[in-house]
Amino acid sequence: MTIRVIRRLFWLPFLLVIVSFVTFLLGYYGPGDPVEVRLGNKATPASVERLREEMGLDRPVLVQYGDFIRKSLKGDFGQSYSYSHLSVNQLIWGKIWISVQLGTAAIILAIGIGIPLGLLTAFKHGTLVDTLIMGSALFLYSMPVFIAAPFLILLLALNLKLLPTSGWEGFFSLHLIMPALVMGLPGIAGILRLTRSSALEVLAEDYVRTARAKGLSEIAVQWRHVLRNALLPIVSVLGLSLATLVEGAFITETIFGIPGIGRLGVEAVFQRDYPVIIALVLIIATAFALANLLVDILYGFLDPRIRV
Amino acid sequence: MKPEMNPIQQTSIETNKPRILLPKVFGKMLRKPKFVISLSIIVLIYGLGISAPLVAPQSYYEQNLSQSKISPNRNHILGTDFLGRDVASRLIYSLRTNLIITFAAVITGSLFIGVALGLIAGYFGGRIDSVIMRVGDVFLAFPGLLLVILLAATLRPRIIEMVRSFENIFGLNGLVRWGIPDYLLIFGALAAFSWVGIARLTRGQVLSLKRTVYVEAAEALGASPTHILLKHILPNALPPIIVVITMGMGTLAGAEVMLSWLGIGIQPPAPSLGNMIREGQDISILRNYPHLLIPPVIIVGLLIFSWNKLGDALNDLWNPKIR
Repeated sequence: MTIRVIRRLFWLPFLLVIVSFVTFLLGYYGPGDPVEVRLGNKATPASVERLREEMGLDRPVLVQYGDFIRKSLKGDFGQSYSYSHLSVNQLIWGKIWISVQLGTAAIILAIGIGIPLGLLTAFKHGTLVDTLIMGSALFLYSMPVFIAAPFLILLLALNLKLLPTSGWEGFFSLHLIMPALVMGLPGIAGILRLTRSSALEVLAEDYVRTARAKGLSEIAVQWRHVLRNALLPIVSVLGLSLATLVEGAFITETIFGIPGIGRLGVEAVFQRDYPVIIALVLIIATAFALANLLVDILYGFLDPRIRV
Repeated sequence: MKPEMNPIQQTSIETNKPRILLPKVFGKMLRKPKFVISLSIIVLIYGLGISAPLVAPQSYYEQNLSQSKISPNRNHILGTDFLGRDVASRLIYSLRTNLIITFAAVITGSLFIGVALGLIAGYFGGRIDSVIMRVGDVFLAFPGLLLVILLAATLRPRIIEMVRSFENIFGLNGLVRWGIPDYLLIFGALAAFSWVGIARLTRGQVLSLKRTVYVEAAEALGASPTHILLKHILPNALPPIIVVITMGMGTLAGAEVMLSWLGIGIQPPAPSLGNMIREGQDISILRNYPHLLIPPVIIVGLLIFSWNKLGDALNDLWNPKIR
């Protein structure tokens, strides 16, 4: 297992180089000229030329890319094009922290609601409760974030006046609730369904029958035997759900006006702020890879039968 | 764009049954209300889209500023929007847009590229296998949505150029005006990301089918790899692939809507569900003219829900254990 982990860690830098190169090329050949953005269209050709040289944008593309790699290895992602007084690092890290808080809240909601409801539906398998919960879960899962959000705003913020419509005031504030809920909805539904099917599988196992046969109370069977074994597959989707969360963040943060990396990413694409885009893509790709690796290791740890 | 909710379990395929019994399976499905209802909703929605020029009361661009923002009435069953365009007609044409993009992306991206690469990787193994799978890893490493947005935003001018030169060469007119570049762009961006999952799944299927007796027998008789792959392996590998593709259809249809909603997909005045939702979702508009937002939202929700339900029904059929 250690060898597999080392091999995958070894592969990660190559992956990041390819990912950054593709993104870099898209930025290089894509529309928008950072020099013009900074100087406006009234600039003289001479000053445009000078700034272009200063920013190093007149060199061949491979030289520019090599330069980018050298700097980014030292943790320097360059200057933002659209916020010209800020470096990418100054711009990004504070926003990442905001997005991490929002994502954590969404995951807590997804696990906190998804797992208990999933177990409930499994134990009540085939009854009306099961059908109703499963139906609404699939319905929620089918609702894209940008559709669910305006209705929630209309209901909770404008009609009932319970929650603020948008903005960000830190983790412990009412502002967090609605975006976290919207972002967590697909996760709740996904974890619910997975918990249910995995609990149903466990319920059919021989050892559960044995436990019942030796006269254990139903509660003991459910807690000791079913729950522990049913939770295994859920660990594996936690890695996947990171991807869902990041994607949800782009839309949710845009709708609710939260100054995190999701909104920054969408804005950066529209403003053609390529240094910011590349930094974001690299950071998110690293997070994906590490999260998946972690999940695999954890999985092998929880279930010794599985070799990573 | 979301992860598969219910990953397909390893399907056990009996070695002595070389063919799937399609008619029998289909008969079984028709007895499932879940399957029949979701399939009919999908057929109905897309049927409206296909026959848009026939069923839509008006064209999608016909404006009548003197009759803007009116609520649903007898002439306009879903009312009109800010420019006095008939909401129902725009909705129907939007469905056609969604249908074209979703199916183009799924047929090229998932079915052709995904299945073909999966078959090749699984059957030939070795270096070809690792190259294909590593390329897939690279695609999965990207934050999908951000890259699709980036692709759509950066490639648009190039694609418009391409279509323009195509127009000039063949002496055609209006391709750009009809929004053909937008279609190509979204379809390309979506197809580029939908093949990886299917390729992985197909490869896994091929790996297990490669060792079956009938494939060995065909090899011993000197059948060519193409023959073995297409006649012996593909038909048996197909069921779980179909399930996974069906389960992903809702996400794909939703992705088109989302890209247009963000403003980098289909550009107005071309009709798209995403554009309609964006135009109608401003809070003040939603309060005063709910008829602009509610119809497209219901249709999008219903469409994605039905695809997911259909995928579920198919999954139940092939993995009856996890019901």
